[in-house]
Order: sequence, then structure tokens, then C-alpha cells
Amino acid sequence: MARVRRPVVITGTGTACGFGVGTDALWSGLCEGRSAIGPVRAFDASGFRCTQAAEVPEGFDIRQLVPKSYRKATKVMARDIELAVAAADAAVREAGLVTKGIAEGEAPTIPPNRFGCHIGAGLIACDVDELTAALVTAKSASGAFDSGAWGHTGMTNLTPLWLLKYLPNMLSCHVTIIHDCQGPSNTITCAEASGLLSMGESMRTIERGAADACLAGGAESKINPMGLLRQQFADRLCALPPEASASSAVRPYASDADGSILGEGGGLVILEAEESARARGATIRARVAGFAAGQCSCDDTVGVDLSAAGEDIAATMLAALRDAGLESSAMDAIVPMASGIPSTDAAERAAFAAVFGERATTIPIVTMMGAIGNCGAGVGALQLAVAVRCLEHQLLPARLGGPEAGGLQAHAAPSSAAALGHLMVVSAGLGGQVAVVILGRAA
Amino acid sequence: MSAAPRIVVTGMGWITPLGNDIDTVWNRMMASDSGMAPITRFDARTFPTTFAAEVREPSIAPFVQDLSVHATAGLNSMFALGAAAQAWKMAGFAKTRPADARRVGLYLGAGEGVLDTINFFETNMASWDAATQRCDGRRWIEAAAGRLSATKEIEQEPNMPLAHIARELGIKGPAFNCLTACAASTQAIGEAYSIIQRGDADVMVAGGTHTMIHPLGVTGFNRLTALSTFKGDPTKASRPFAIDRDGFVMGEGSGMIVLETLEHALARGARPIAEVAGYGSSADAFRITDIQPEGRGAAAAMLQALAQAGIDPHQLREDGRAPIDYISAHGTGTKENDSIETVAVKRVFGELAPKIPMSSIKGMMGHLIAAAGAVEFMTCVLAIQRGMLPPTINHARPDPELDLDYVPNRARSAPVDICLSNSFGFGGQNDTVVVRRFKD
Repeated sequence: MARVRRPVVITGTGTACGFGVGTDALWSGLCEGRSAIGPVRAFDASGFRCTQAAEVPEGFDIRQLVPKSYRKATKVMARDIELAVAAADAAVREAGLVTKGIAEGEAPTIPPNRFGCHIGAGLIACDVDELTAALVTAKSASGAFDSGAWGHTGMTNLTPLWLLKYLPNMLSCHVTIIHDCQGPSNTITCAEASGLLSMGESMRTIERGAADACLAGGAESKINPMGLLRQQFADRLCALPPEASASSAVRPYASDADGSILGEGGGLVILEAEESARARGATIRARVAGFAAGQCSCDDTVGVDLSAAGEDIAATMLAALRDAGLESSAMDAIVPMASGIPSTDAAERAAFAAVFGERATTIPIVTMMGAIGNCGAGVGALQLAVAVRCLEHQLLPARLGGPEAGGLQAHAAPSSAAALGHLMVVSAGLGGQVAVVILGRAA
Repeated sequence: MSAAPRIVVTGMGWITPLGNDIDTVWNRMMASDSGMAPITRFDARTFPTTFAAEVREPSIAPFVQDLSVHATAGLNSMFALGAAAQAWKMAGFAKTRPADARRVGLYLGAGEGVLDTINFFETNMASWDAATQRCDGRRWIEAAAGRLSATKEIEQEPNMPLAHIARELGIKGPAFNCLTACAASTQAIGEAYSIIQRGDADVMVAGGTHTMIHPLGVTGFNRLTALSTFKGDPTKASRPFAIDRDGFVMGEGSGMIVLETLEHALARGARPIAEVAGYGSSADAFRITDIQPEGRGAAAAMLQALAQAGIDPHQLREDGRAPIDYISAHGTGTKENDSIETVAVKRVFGELAPKIPMSSIKGMMGHLIAAAGAVEFMTCVLAIQRGMLPPTINHARPDPELDLDYVPNRARSAPVDICLSNSFGFGGQNDTVVVRRFKD
């Protein structure tokens, strides 16, 4: 359906992941073929199936990334919130925006009521050490949990603002306060699809004129006992002891793929109406050409096993192409999840074959989970940020993984120059939601 | 804007503390009934708050085709399946499914699922190392392996109700779950409306589902001092807009609606029961724990929704009536919300504000958190259909500072054509939807 709509562009990207804060750190890490994965530092994960993960490097201090007046509030930030706040700071700076968080008291580039914010989030796990320190004050004589003692006094050992660390919309809450974004704001919680769904909602919000710019993306850290356990329960992690090399542990689409590895991370992009970006002389890094979302039918109901979802993912890819008014032949590379989880990989592979036909085996695929892990609700935004850099630099970053990728161009390879006009970014997450974004090179 | 397609409501369903079908719940609201009682889900006798509004005997058996498909469903998914099935049936889709499953989407504001509380607590406690004041990682995973189950853990993901409904109803179109705390399901309805209006789907199932009536849910809100700690009859505990209001009372449940383009509804012979006219979303961007005191964000959401609906909040209608007929307040019963919401409504409607009845059904139903907005939206539609306004109960002692018409204590007959439904989330996200009587 051809409609006249307000063109939307990306003017900034910001990420926080195993390579550090800022998209340049992520981009150089990927291009150099490094891995950010190592033995989990946050807690003793040696008893888990997968004992390694991609954690933000030591030295990350959220207090340094917020205005001085906001430092106190960092005490009520779960790790997921810290990642979003760090990514927002980097994105706003890369876009060259003045916000309250960058320069308090100066006139903001985007009027606050025209600045929206859509940040995807996961199920934020509470800090088990903090909770348990309180729980053990409510033990019965036999050592079991005593609900009566908990209600009476035990719970008072939790800080009054305890709940606010773990509400998924606190990512948006902190970011909107810091940067004074008073426009439409949402928190989408659809596992790995959250980041692209959030970007799609920002795009539509700008298109319909309800905002001129939005912070869009997502962030999550599953590097905690509950996060790791839930992924282990869903059979999504590869077996990786602490001493093993991680560089080829995640092997997307390979016949011997064994699962994924977790990372912590997230990203936000600055989506802006093209006219607003041009009026302020901003660098346009990419055009947002199309978006579509869909739901996969899942035989297991809960969408852990997406192996039969290829047709549904393909339908969403085709819907995004229609939205962009483009044929699949216009796509120069795909930026999928490429998680190395066999069932999800199988669905992605089937979708590529359905949409690209014979080209499915030759079209370049950008992969990153082998380097930065599966960052849950942060995945889509990291994919987006990398896709933007691909278009800016006309370069495909190096890939980690195995020597083969089931015939797809997703095997281990060094970075290479490429003529890239359009990229298709695809995320299909646990639960079966799928989102597809098509980005175009800035004219 | 004139070219935008009209979006109508063709189905509604709910599972609530006041009942599990449209008429039972409505009739109890008309009778100023309350769903509050002592908490039965866990032993809350020593908690600062000992009562809530619970859904009685939740079951999906009357609502799903094959129970085994939903064997892992937790309470959020169960409530959602029940409400969605009712809405789907009312819309006529139970008999004749929509022709193209990819043009049918789903937008929910569903909360995180209920923790496997005792097993989780005991896993943590079994691994506690008093010397380091930390859980020992090795002992934790050993304890977890013996106590926790994959299905119960995965079911806690907030997008699980989405997955269950999609499976049950065969939905393959755009699917989103948002979790903007207490604003979530109003936002879900607003975004679903926007998705159809743009042409990305023909039909959307939208709404919310949530329970936080579990030990850590009550703990979290008790620590924030957001819950009523009333010591008398629980049915008197939720007192929105009254001077002695002392916090909200937790409810639980789900509300779901079916939205579609008017064209799609008419083509299949469905009867529109109301029309969504406008949607607004904003962020307070103020403080983590406090609402912006002038109601800036709340007013912005209302103004956007009214503008989209083509309603001037300062202009009486031709027949002399106020610009709208009813406001379904967020009206939680906390000191802060109720006074700032009143300020915000005055900011939007100016001197016409006192002419617009505004009530909070949370006095009867409790606060359904992420599901509250959907249930309140449905109440607006019923008010239009039935010409009655639901009351704000327990309004024995008005607050002299709060001087709007809160429809105190008793339901009231009134001509109702246009309603506005507000939901404001902890964390500062504000959402408003305007709904009006469907006219050809």
C-alpha cells in the first residue's frame, strides 16, 4: 500500500556491550574479529552448562555517564537500567543532540514534548544476594522460609525503593528523566524482538507526527543466576566450560551448532524525522526504509522452539519489504539474530530461502552473537547499530563461528568491503514475536 | 487526518475480581459492590497489607479448545485467555475466523508472571553464605536444579500471555507486549488502534493481564508505601479521591477487546459497539518516585487524545453539554495520584472540568496494574451502551481540595456519548484513550 509518509532517519547510535560503551567500541571489536566472551565474573557460574558470557568490561561506572545531579539515582538502577542509560548517553552524543542530560540549562535540540522514547526490556531478575540477605532474616526453626516473619519484619530489610530497580519500564523512566523526553514513551517486553519492535513503534510515532525524534532500542542483562538458569531451562545455551575458547563456540546455522552464549548489553538509536535532522544539519547515518512485525505459530505454545516458524518469519520479512516498497533483490546483506540455537537458526534459514530463493546462499550475513553474546531485549538494538555502521563504512564486519554455516554466508570470516545499499535486520525471540527493519544507506 | 480509517470495538471480555463475564461485573459495579477480601493466595496475615481483590477460582476450562495446549499457563495467561475468548466470541470470530491470520494482530499490556515464590526463596536461602553475605553460585544452581522448573520459569516472561492467545486464536499479525506498569493496557489499546489506523493490520486483539498478588508483589508495594494498610473492613479500604485515602488496593485479572476498521467490521456483518476516537502518550520525565506536581505529563496525554478525536476541551457541545460525558480516572486512591490527576483534568478542561463526571472503579475492583486500563476502557464502552456511570465508592469523606464530580458512592444515570480513560504508570508513562458512541 503506497502512502505518503514522513521519512525517518537515524542520526545517532549508542551501545553498551561486552566491547564497552559506544558503537565505535562495538564496531572495532567486531571488525577486528575479537570476542568479548569470557568466564562469568558477576557470580560463580561454574556449575552452569554455559559458564561464560560477554560482560561489559571492568571499569564501567554508570555514575560517570549521568549528570552529577543524577548520581544518587544510580543506586536504584538494576544492571539492565545502567545499560540503557549508558547507551542513551552515547546515542545522544553521537547524534549531536543537546539534551538536559548533556548540558542542563541549555536549549534542547529537540523540544522535550516532541522527543519520544521506546526502550525494550526483559524480565529483570532481582539481585539474589540483596534479596537473600533479607530472606534469611525470616527463617523458621527448621530453616524454611517463614512467611509470617517476612511480613512482620523480614521485608523491612529490603530498601523501600527495592521494587523500582526491577520494573521493566524503569529503563525508559530513567532515560526520559535524564534527557527530558516528554513525548510518547513505551516499554516493549517481547524478549529478543523487543529492540526492533521498539524501533518500529518509534518510527510509526514519528511518521504519524506524534514526535519529531525518539530514542529507540532496548537493553538487558541476563548475567545473573536466574537469567542464566532460564536460558539453560529453555535449552538455548551451548556447553562451555570456563577454560574453553569461546571464539568458535557460537556457530550460527552450522550442522554442529550447540546453542548460544549470553551477553549483557543494549543499544539505543536516535530516530528522527528527516526534515528535523536536515533542518539542524545533522549527519544522517541511515534511512529507515521499512518495518513489519508478526507472530510465529509455535507448536509448543510458549515459543521456545521456533523451528517451524520459517514461513511466519518469511511473511514478516516480505511485509517489511512491501512497507519499504522494495524487492528482496535490493537487499545487500541480512543482519539476523544468528544465535546458534539450532531451532531458531532453522527457522531463520527457512525464511531466508523463502524470501531470497537461490540468493539465500550467497547474500552476506552479519553475525555478532559469537562475539557479544545474546543480549536478550538488547539484541535488536545492537543489530541495528551494527547495521548502521555497515552502511556508513560500506564494510561487513568479521564473523566468528565455525568453518561452515550450512551453506550460508555466515561462517567465520574477516571483515570485508562491500557495496551496501539496503540491509534487512531480523529478530525473532522467545515467545514467537518477530520484527524486521529495513535500513537504507543515507543519500 | 480526515482520511484515516475509523476504528471500532466489536468485542470485549474480562476476568476480574467482580466476576468473569460482562454483565455480572457491570451489575456489581452498578450496585457499588466491592471485590476486596483477605488475601488467600498466600499467608499475608502479618504483612502491612492483608487484603486484595482476587479473581475467584480462576479457570481456563470454559474458554479454550484444548486444555493441554495451555498446560503451563500461569495466572496472567489464564486471565488473558479467558478475557480474549469472550472478546473473540462477542466479535463473532469464534464462529467465523478472520480470513487472513496475518492481518490480525495482538497488542497486550501484560505483566511479568508470578514467581515460583517458595521454591525460588528456598533456592536462594539454601545457597546463602553468611560469611561472604552472598549466594554461593555452585550451591545455588544445585538447589535450583532440584526445586525450580523450566515451565514455571519460562511462563514468567511477560510475553507469554501473548504466545498463549496467539496459539489459541491463530493470530499471526503484528504482536507486541508492553509493560509500562499501571499504564500498560491503555497504551496497548492506543497502540493497537494506531497499528490498524496505519493499515498494518485489519483486526487487533488488545488489552492487558496481570496479578501482583504474591509475596514479592505485595512486599514491593508495601515497601514503597503505595498500598492501603486500612485496618477495618477490606471493602472500605480503597477510597479514591476521599480525604482519608491511604493507598491503592491490589486487584488482578484481565480485560481484552477486539478492534477493527469500520470497513472490515461492516464487510463481515459485525456490529460496532463503540468507536476509538483518539490516543495520547507522554512521559513525565520528572522523578523516579513522584508525579510531576502540575500534572504536566497526564495533561499532555489527555490533550493529544482529545486533539486526535477532534474535541476542543474548552468548548461546550451544541446541545450545551460538556465536551465529553465521562472520565474514567486512573484514581488509584493514593494521596499523590488523585490530587495530581484532579489538577491535570482541570488543566485540560479549565472551567468545564467540574461539569464532567469522573470516577474510579478501583474502589470496587482494586488496581489491576497492567490490566487496569483495559478494564476501565471497557467500563467506558458499557457506560455509553447502558447510559450509566459507575461510582467511586467509599467516598464518605470528600477531600475539600478535590472538587470535581467523582460520582460518589452510587451509580448514576446519564446520557453518555464520549468518554476519556486515563492510565498513569509508576515510572512516569501516561496514556489516554478517547472512546465514543458508534454512529453511522
